Amino acid sequence: MINHIDVSSVLRRTVCDLYSNLVTRPTGAAVRTEIENLLAAWRGPSLTVIDFSHVNLLDFSCADEVVAKLLLRFEGGAPPHDAYFLLRGVREDHLDAIEHALERYQLALVMQADDGALLLVGTVNDDQRRAWQALRELGRGAAEELASALGEELADAAALLAALHERRLVMRFDDTYVPLGATP
Amino acid sequence: MTTVINVPPSLDDATIEQVLDQVAPLPRDQKVLIDARHARWASPYALTSMLTLGQTRAERAAFAGPENDDTASYWGRTGFYKHAEQIFDLHGHVPRARNGGESSVLLEITPVAKSEDVHDVVERIQQKAQAILVNELHLDPQATMRFAMTLSEACQNIVEHAQRGGWVAVQTYTWRQRLGRRVVQIAVCDAGIGFRASLENAHGRRISDRWDDAMALEDAVIRGVSRFRDPGRGQGLAGVRRFVGKWDGKLSIRSGTARIAIVPSWDEDVPLAEDLAPFPGAQVQITIPERIPPR
Repeated sequence: MINHIDVSSVLRRTVCDLYSNLVTRPTGAAVRTEIENLLAAWRGPSLTVIDFSHVNLLDFSCADEVVAKLLLRFEGGAPPHDAYFLLRGVREDHLDAIEHALERYQLALVMQADDGALLLVGTVNDDQRRAWQALRELGRGAAEELASALGEELADAAALLAALHERRLVMRFDDTYVPLGATP
Repeated sequence: MTTVINVPPSLDDATIEQVLDQVAPLPRDQKVLIDARHARWASPYALTSMLTLGQTRAERAAFAGPENDDTASYWGRTGFYKHAEQIFDLHGHVPRARNGGESSVLLEITPVAKSEDVHDVVERIQQKAQAILVNELHLDPQATMRFAMTLSEACQNIVEHAQRGGWVAVQTYTWRQRLGRRVVQIAVCDAGIGFRASLENAHGRRISDRWDDAMALEDAVIRGVSRFRDPGRGQGLAGVRRFVGKWDGKLSIRSGTARIAIVPSWDEDVPLAEDLAPFPGAQVQITIPERIPPR
């Protein structure tokens, strides 16, 4: 299931219908809470596109509250449910604030540029980045296929996929992994 | 008895210290007259600091503004008198309030106490910032948004830490003495609890013999320490540092008896000044110089 959240609409609905700037912690916390409420209603595996296209300004505090804290809830071995996130409409100045927040917690996410290209943003080590890139080129695959593509041992490829999945950077369907933004 | 506090003719972050030096030894309930009659110029930092100084007095202070018409008129257009009349007993000539029209004032002196005020400040600054930052200071067009982000974070420092309202102002001017170029300056001043008291209650902090205003500033500005347990806190000032560095700008923060500065090559300030006259709260100054286009 693919969901779409227009962050600017959430901002206007939950905080003030005159605001177009995502600034201050209370504002960011209110927007994140509303996003979490929406996610809770969409039970089951889901990919949620978080769209910043109509957000004018995003400051560091709001990037921390909206993006980093949302990811923190879902990354790791026991997320509240099987949700994945893809960011869209992120301008260069938004990205400054988002990257800054991600670095603080060693988080990473996938964003889709205006030309459709998928980009890995945040803190990712070289092996994970190489694995993510290889899986993106494969379109989808299991550990065996990734091991072959990378020229790695099967166990190493499986560990890399597991790590990317825990970080919500790839989706998992049984033994097959799919990069966010690709058609499962 | 009223003690007269003399304001120097040119008032900026350095010379305002002369004013604070005169006030520091006085009890809070001592009546003072801040005599700015001979002032000819003041930076936004100095103007907001004077309002902050007024807030710190238990006995309402008196204030005599500049006798020079141009100076008084300019201070009026910055919004200084609008707020000064709430804080001081005003003496002498008070220019009539006029709205806007001053192109060098990106944001007139504005009170900040709550989150909504930060939204208001950010909305207002964007209306003027693009034209001035890009066309006049030759900054990258992307700088407008980053400038507004910087302003937002600086203002949030008041909302989150000061425990009382403060002031923000943004102006451009030509900084002949130090730089010979135009600059845009953000001033954010409050008379709140300051960095030391804010961090004193931080999680598990051991108050060592060396714990003082300077250490508190170093913790907050250099190491990104916050009084909150949340590891995401403290990002605001770190973000401000990052952008100020990118634009070859200067960041200075005064709190209590110390001032810390991120000093660019064009300035000769010291990175850390200690043993200043005690002054409540925190006073932030961000200065971004005009970019000289490559030949």
